[in-house]
Amino acid sequence: MRPARSAAAADAIDGVRGARVTGVASGTGRRPALSPFTRTLLALCIIAGPALSGVLPEDEADVMYHSYSGGGITVEGPSVLIRKKVGDSLSFTGQYYEDMISSASIDVRLSASPYHEIRKQESIGADYLHGKTTYSVGYIHSREPDYNADTTYYSVSQDMFGDLTTVTLGYKRAWDRIYRDICNAPHPTGSFCPDIINDPTFHQQADHRGYSFGVSQILTRNTLLDLNYEINTDQGYLANPYREIRYLSPGGLGFTLAPQVYPNTRTSNAASVLLKYYLPWRAVLSAQYRYYHDTWAVLGDTFQLGYTLPAWHRWVFDTSLRYYTQSHASFYSDLFPRADYQNYEARDRELAAFDSYTVGFGAEYQFDIPKVPWIHKSSANVRVDRMFIDYSDYRNALLADIYGAGNEPLYHLDATIFEAFISVWF
Amino acid sequence: MRNRLLALLAVLSVALPALADPTGQPAPQFTLGARSGHDVSLAQYKGNVVMLNFWASWCGPCRQEMPLLENIYQKYNKLGFVLLGVNVEPDSNAANDWLKATPVSFPILYDKESKVSRLYDVEGMPSTVIIDRTGRVRVLHRGYKPGDENEYLDSIRALVRE
Amino acid sequence: MSHRSERECTPALRAALRLAALALLLAGCSPVQPWVKPYEREHLADPLMSLSRNSISATYLDHMFETREGSHGATGAVGGGCGCN
Repeated sequence: MRPARSAAAADAIDGVRGARVTGVASGTGRRPALSPFTRTLLALCIIAGPALSGVLPEDEADVMYHSYSGGGITVEGPSVLIRKKVGDSLSFTGQYYEDMISSASIDVRLSASPYHEIRKQESIGADYLHGKTTYSVGYIHSREPDYNADTTYYSVSQDMFGDLTTVTLGYKRAWDRIYRDICNAPHPTGSFCPDIINDPTFHQQADHRGYSFGVSQILTRNTLLDLNYEINTDQGYLANPYREIRYLSPGGLGFTLAPQVYPNTRTSNAASVLLKYYLPWRAVLSAQYRYYHDTWAVLGDTFQLGYTLPAWHRWVFDTSLRYYTQSHASFYSDLFPRADYQNYEARDRELAAFDSYTVGFGAEYQFDIPKVPWIHKSSANVRVDRMFIDYSDYRNALLADIYGAGNEPLYHLDATIFEAFISVWF
Repeated sequence: MRNRLLALLAVLSVALPALADPTGQPAPQFTLGARSGHDVSLAQYKGNVVMLNFWASWCGPCRQEMPLLENIYQKYNKLGFVLLGVNVEPDSNAANDWLKATPVSFPILYDKESKVSRLYDVEGMPSTVIIDRTGRVRVLHRGYKPGDENEYLDSIRALVRE
Repeated sequence: MSHRSERECTPALRAALRLAALALLLAGCSPVQPWVKPYEREHLADPLMSLSRNSISATYLDHMFETREGSHGATGAVGGGCGCN
């Protein structure tokens, strides 16, 4: 099962330091209508600002084990992050991430073979601090047997109004190369293929660009507001080479599988609001809402609540609740009435209409390492999330022989996500 | 119209900071409770070069700066230099805990109601004010990054000779 | 980029650009005095209030949700600010 978008492009949103990625438009060739005089004043104001400076992120190293298990898929692997300052103005970040995928999902069982696969991702980034401005650049490379993606991102972050406000602009660009795995040896249905190779006739590309704008604002001595807006454009092969659509047909199972056809462009907009509130007994309440809409008619609303409570001097507990509701893409259908019903057709459940609920709980324990004095802070973390997805218009087609095509029960997915990581600051 | 508004803002931006420059003005007087248990007022140090350092235990650069301030205090105290650490936290427990681990010998004053921070218009953490022997503010330094202690030393050396 | 998507990019981008230009202009200029003074930022400086707390976990969960859902974007986090330096 492959997502229709590059996984690496997804990671570029947070980059390697959790930085927002947006940027000045380079694709449209338009400029703001300010006279040269005003533009000079603008430049002077930025240079002539007060002498206070911003802060680079702290030096740290994290090692994590992550695992996802649900709906017939398990994905697990390591994630390692290192961040180090060089001098007073420069900070470098490096990250290595792996997904070891073992999939016998509902999609795979319907029309393909179960598979094992490893996706590897490396990223490097740098932050440069000058006065109150931080400039960041980064590069991410993701590779798996049938998908390679390269992403570059740039962002500028400015502290202003006595550090009450931070404005960030970012730009990212990603290039994907998509292949297709085929089985080079006969094997019984439902078992793993012993010899997988790339289909030499299948080679596609996709191009992604993203711009984002964000504002972090201190509202009161106890409240922080974070606003984000992001626009992304995708172009090229945006489909999934392994997934198929189905249409009603007489006889057999009552349906026939056929290749999916996706549009080759997509523009999406996302905007979010996050509020963090410090409670008097030393705890933090957070609430976030995100609105998403794209030219495929997918509408997504995300609501998230979080509560963080320190306890017993060295422990910090986190609980979170997330509710996500999505309406389906315009060209999505679980079962088309006949062959070639419309120009674009998809049955990817990621584009279906569904409700998703996730409950999470995390515990952090802060400990000392007296033998290593240059590590001034360290913590061990464990986190578990339980995710439940109720699809409104995606049916379990594996049960067509029992219920009849189009009358199978709606699909439901339960997944468990587990994380264990150690962080040290030096 | 919009361009003219931007131009006006730009001019104000240069003018306003100049109006607010406190150097050369007499240092505002105050009295605060100190760690020693007695009250300390700025007036009792007239005739000395006084450095006020506004700090908090939750502020990283402030903590980084403290041992360096201790060195400066030890070196120049006998030449008529006084360093007063003004802690801005409403609850001084965290500050006292930190001072137990990282002791300093110069007086620590508690500005629990932020009245002295407001008097001196503290705009960043940490903030350092150096007052000359006649009681006038001569240096106002906001923030701390490694190397700033050399600027303090230059100012103190010059002012101590007056 | 296709003609259609260029037209969709521009109005929102231009508004964002104007906003950003104005913000950057006011940045160095500070006619607005901070209403939360640097010495009042103890709670905001608490690591629990940091927008990038446990970022390795937040990045992973964002990636996990994006893989299984049709939405993506606008989940970034930038540092809050303790008024230090």
